[in-house]
Amino acid sequence: MNNAQKYWQANIRLVIGCLIVWFFVSFGCGILFVNQLNAIRLGGYQLGFWFAQQGSIYTFVVLIFFYAWRMNQLDRKFNVEEA
Amino acid sequence: MTNLMMTTYLVVGATFALYLFIALKSRAKNTGEFYVAGKGIHPVLNGMATGADWMSAASFISMAGMLAMGGYDASAYLMGWTGGYCLLAMLLAPYLRKYGKFTVPEFIGDRFYSQTARLVAVICLIVASLTYVIGQMKGIGVAFSRFMEIPFETGLMIGMGIVFVYAVLGGMKGVTYTQIAQYVVLIFAYTVPAVFISLQLTGNPIPQLGLGSTLSGSDGVFLLDKLDKVVTDLGFSAYTAQKDSTLNIFLLTMSLMIGTAGLPHVITRFFTVPKVKDARSSAGWALVFIAILYTTAPAVGAMARMNLMNTVQTGEIGSPEGNLVLEERPQWMRNWEKTGLLGFKDMNGDGRIQFYSDSGLSAAQADLVKAQKDNLGVEAAQAKVDAAAAKHAESKFAGFGWKGNEVTKVDNDIMVLANPEIAKLPNWVIALVAAGGIAAALSTAAGLLLAISSAISHDLVKGMIAKNIGSVVNRRPEEKPSRLHFYASKPL
Repeated sequence: MNNAQKYWQANIRLVIGCLIVWFFVSFGCGILFVNQLNAIRLGGYQLGFWFAQQGSIYTFVVLIFFYAWRMNQLDRKFNVEEA
Repeated sequence: MTNLMMTTYLVVGATFALYLFIALKSRAKNTGEFYVAGKGIHPVLNGMATGADWMSAASFISMAGMLAMGGYDASAYLMGWTGGYCLLAMLLAPYLRKYGKFTVPEFIGDRFYSQTARLVAVICLIVASLTYVIGQMKGIGVAFSRFMEIPFETGLMIGMGIVFVYAVLGGMKGVTYTQIAQYVVLIFAYTVPAVFISLQLTGNPIPQLGLGSTLSGSDGVFLLDKLDKVVTDLGFSAYTAQKDSTLNIFLLTMSLMIGTAGLPHVITRFFTVPKVKDARSSAGWALVFIAILYTTAPAVGAMARMNLMNTVQTGEIGSPEGNLVLEERPQWMRNWEKTGLLGFKDMNGDGRIQFYSDSGLSAAQADLVKAQKDNLGVEAAQAKVDAAAAKHAESKFAGFGWKGNEVTKVDNDIMVLANPEIAKLPNWVIALVAAGGIAAALSTAAGLLLAISSAISHDLVKGMIAKNIGSVVNRRPEEKPSRLHFYASKPL
C-alpha cells in the first residue's frame, strides 16, 4: 500500500470514528434512549432532554475541532500538507 | 409615530448604513474576489460569516417558537440542523475546498466528466436556493410590517434592494465582511433579551444554565419542572416529554441533517479561506458561533412559553378571576393581533381569556366554519366537533364553565419577536431584536443570491453557453486539483 492509500485509509478511519460519536450523542442519547436517560437528573435538566437540546450541540463543536486537529496531524504525517 | 417605532427606525437604519458602508469599503476588485473573496479570509472571521450565512430567519425567528410550542419534540430541529452541519464539515467542505474551484456545479462537472451533470447541479442549486430565499424574504417582510408598520411588500422590496446593492457591488468579499457585521448584530440581538429574561426568571444571567436552574423566589423548584406542571395542569402534554413517535423524530432529524449538509451557499463559504487546513478549522469556528445561538434557543423557547402561560393564566386554574381579562390584555397582544399571527375569541363570554388544551374542540370548530364556507365535508366536520365536544365535556375544564381554547392562533414566529415585549424589556431591546431578525434574513439571502449568481454566471454562461466571455480566470499555480481526483476514483 502506498503513502496516498494509507493516508486515505487513516482519513476514513477518523471520519468513521467521528460519525460514531455524532450518531451516539444525537440519535442515541437525544432520541433513542431519551426516556431511559431522563431518569437521571443534571440540575434542573433531565439528562436525555439535556442531550437533545444542549449536550449534542456542545459535542458537535468539540467533534469538529478534534477532526480538524487530527486531520492536520495526518496531513503532516503523510506529507500531503499544503505549502 | 410611537417611541418604539422611532427607536426601531433608528436601530434598523443604523445597521443598514453599516452594511452598505462595509460592502462599499470591501467591494470586489477582480474575479477571484467576486467568487471566493480572493481566498484570503481569516478562518475565525470566515467562521463568523458562515454562521450568519447559515443561520437564517428560520433559526432566528422561528426556531425558539417551535421549541416553545413543541417542547422536547422540536429538539429535532436543534440536532438536525447542527448535526447536518457536522456532516458538511467532515464529509463535504474540506474535499471540495481541496479541489480548488469556485462553485459546486463546477466540481460535479469535472468529477463526472460531464457537462450534463454540471447543468443538473446548476438547476438543483437554483431550485433549492430560490425556495430558501422566499422564506428569508417573508421573514424580512414580517419584521418590517410589525415593527415599522411598513406594508409587507414595501418591506420586502427594501430588503431585496439592500441585498442587491451589496451583493452586486461587493461580490463574495463584500458579502463576507457584511455577514461578519450581521453575525455580531444578530447574536447580540438574540442573547441580550435571553440574558434579561433568564435573570428575571432564575437569577442566572447565562440562559443555558438558567434553563437548568431553580426559579427565583420559589424555594428550589426547577424552571423546567414548574413549566411541565403549568402546561400539564392546563391539559397540554409536559414540555420535556416526548409526544411524537420515536421513529418520526428520528426520521425528521435525519432528513434535516441530510438537507443541511447540502446547502450550496454554505459549501461555497469554505472556498474563501487560504488553505484546506483553514477550511477545517473555520468549520469548527462557525459551529462555535452557531452553537451560541442554538444553545440559547431552548432557554428562549421554554422561558417564552412560561411567560406566555403566566400572562394568560394569571391566577388559579378554574377560579373566576384566574384568567386575563380580554379588554385588559397587554399592548403587545393587540399589536400582534393586527398582523394576524395571534388571535383570541371569547367562547364562553366571560370576558376573560382561557388558554388550555381543549381536546381539539376549538380546532374542530374552526374546521367546521371553513367546511361550511366551502360547503365541503360539512357532516364529517360536524361529527368531529361533536366528538371533541363530548370529550371536552368530560374534562375538568368544562366544570369551570370553559367552552374551548380561546387563544385561537399563536404563530410560532411571534415568540422570539414578541419575547422582549412579553418580558417587558426596554424599547431598545425590542428594536435590537427587529434588527437582528432582519440581519439573519439578509445575510442568508445574500449568500443564497450569490450562490445563484455564481452558478448562472460561472457555470451556465461562462462554462457552457459563452465560453469565450471575459478573460481566463486565474487559478493559482500551487493548487493541484489532482489529489482529490485520485482519491475519489479509488473504491472505498
